[in-house]
Amino acid sequence: MSDHDYQPASKLGKWFNDRLPLLTLSNHLQEYPTPKNLNYWWTFGGILTFCLITQIVTGIILGMHYIAHSDLAFESVEHIMRDVNYGWLIRYVHANGASMFFLAVYIHIFRSLYYGSYKSPREVIWIIGMIIYFLMMATAFMGYVLPWGQMSFWGATVITNLFSAIPFIGESVVNWLWGGYSVDNPTLTRFFSLHYLLPFLILGLVVLHIWALHVPGNNNPIGIEIKKPSNDTVPFHPYIVVKDAFALLLFLIVFAFFVFYSPNILGHADNYIEANPLVTPAHIVPEWYLLPFYAILRSVPDKLLGVIAMFAAIFVLVILPWLDTSKVRSAIFRPIYKQFYWFLVADVIILGYMGAMPAEGTYLLIARVATAYYFIHFLFILPFLGKKEKTLEVPLSIIEPVIGGSPKEAMAKFKKEI
Amino acid sequence: MRKFFNITFTLVFLLFFGFNSMAAEKTAKLLSPEWSFKGFFGKFDKASLQRGYQVYTEVCSACHSMKYLSYRNLYEPGGPEFSENQAKAIASNFEVIDGPNSEGEMFTRPAKLSDKFVMPYENVQAATAANGGAYPPDMSVLVKARKGGANYIYSLLLGYDDPPADMELDDGVYYNKYMYGNKIKMSSPLSDGLIEYIDGTESTTQQMAKDVTTFLAWSAEPHLETRHKTGFRVIIYLIILTILVYLSMKKIWSRVENKI
Repeated sequence: MSDHDYQPASKLGKWFNDRLPLLTLSNHLQEYPTPKNLNYWWTFGGILTFCLITQIVTGIILGMHYIAHSDLAFESVEHIMRDVNYGWLIRYVHANGASMFFLAVYIHIFRSLYYGSYKSPREVIWIIGMIIYFLMMATAFMGYVLPWGQMSFWGATVITNLFSAIPFIGESVVNWLWGGYSVDNPTLTRFFSLHYLLPFLILGLVVLHIWALHVPGNNNPIGIEIKKPSNDTVPFHPYIVVKDAFALLLFLIVFAFFVFYSPNILGHADNYIEANPLVTPAHIVPEWYLLPFYAILRSVPDKLLGVIAMFAAIFVLVILPWLDTSKVRSAIFRPIYKQFYWFLVADVIILGYMGAMPAEGTYLLIARVATAYYFIHFLFILPFLGKKEKTLEVPLSIIEPVIGGSPKEAMAKFKKEI
Repeated sequence: MRKFFNITFTLVFLLFFGFNSMAAEKTAKLLSPEWSFKGFFGKFDKASLQRGYQVYTEVCSACHSMKYLSYRNLYEPGGPEFSENQAKAIASNFEVIDGPNSEGEMFTRPAKLSDKFVMPYENVQAATAANGGAYPPDMSVLVKARKGGANYIYSLLLGYDDPPADMELDDGVYYNKYMYGNKIKMSSPLSDGLIEYIDGTESTTQQMAKDVTTFLAWSAEPHLETRHKTGFRVIIYLIILTILVYLSMKKIWSRVENKI
């Protein structure tokens, strides 16, 4: 970072900055040299920050009107929808906001996978990101329980029951999680408490995520190390700020479409039926963003192994920087990896689809193959590919292919890509 | 840029497609009449809502509660929009238990605008016991609580038929084309001319089914009209702002020799 010699213009500013260098921080954020070739897939970091803030703000307001009690929760949600001023808007933004948050985070993760952003020296950014993702799933799951509808109740029952698979202590762990012998009021109140807490942990981790990013700087579509600042970079403000703002606005249009015209399409009708421990819904389905993991869980015949497989599916992502042995980051210069990348995308979409289907017959078979492929991709293909793949020639700087007009085949191909 | 749009819209499309195909079930395809409240500018048909309320009070409310609705909702904007006096008169037809008074006694009084809709049974157990072991669900959010929404409720009301020859029905169980498993414990609630509409509309089964479903769609989503109206403004605003920011971005980036 080149901004350590920053001096505030005013005397007061200097006095304050010597005691708490907030102005240095602000200057750093403005000047932060960013690769100028970042494409729109790089705008999702800003979009995600926006999503988190939106969820926290709407959530705090909902928390003022919501009552975390098994007899009153469902009614209090209806109270918000009917009687609280713009309560319907706040709740629909919060509920759809969760889906939009996950949509953005999946794009963000898959961008990282395509351009190799998780590789050295950015492993810590990636791992913090994975912890954020994991906490997001926990938060979203607990949030879905709060309206105390049928899916809330039965989703909570199914997921918490997973812990009973732990040998010897499983039953005790589940009773401890529930605060009783079934999902009931104590479960609801603790889920509410944690649902309120976790977003602030996520916020803290987001700060670390960005801090860790600002040490090596952004990766970029061609995945090379660049000199900062240089002709390859632009200052974050105004260039990236305005571009992020533009992308965020496009995102908001999609978001608004869901909130105002299809607010319930991403939810499940059964969750508008108040929780009833005596009636099990025909299909218990989690929210769409958890479906791939749900499919992995169900495709393993043994309960304990299924749970292990589900958590392993996240864990392989955590250790990904060491599974992918290729020194070249961007898939643009990795023709074979690029194919496998799209196979993985298709595989995850298939898993998501199978997670929504009943676990039987052909569905189950496809889910099993897809689960196997998911692990094969990370545990076998990636380590092997890194050693064997013949990569294309990587340019020396971002501007080289732009002004140089290299005659080399790799350059021509690269130009076509962006 | 174009690539970005393509991919975004493909994703949205996939989401919709995925969820639509999930909705495929074994029961008959739902009827889908023209609903005035669908679409970007969808609004409730006030006359239909008022008739729907009449169907609810005279037919459904014998068994089904609507516990999240208050009598005041009947005159609030975006709903059936009875006049305030009409709503007061409607409320005063019902008796509610209030209290305790200063002597510590509970007492009954006519309902006021601020009261919730009076329930036909005191609790779920009483309702279940009185209806052959099947609880008549509360109808406040029923439209949102069923896959297929308004179309499903409408279809169900018109879906009574003779059972196929190979189906045995117990006493108090009826055949319905649209019900999950085709067996329902509610007998066909509507028949031609069952009620006399105050506004003189002919009370065919279809008409009543449509009116009461419209009423239930409103009760499940009482702010739908505001939502549609606000949504339209928000999206127009966002589009204009997006264009402005896009132009600023082009201007700012024209200083750098790089395309965005």
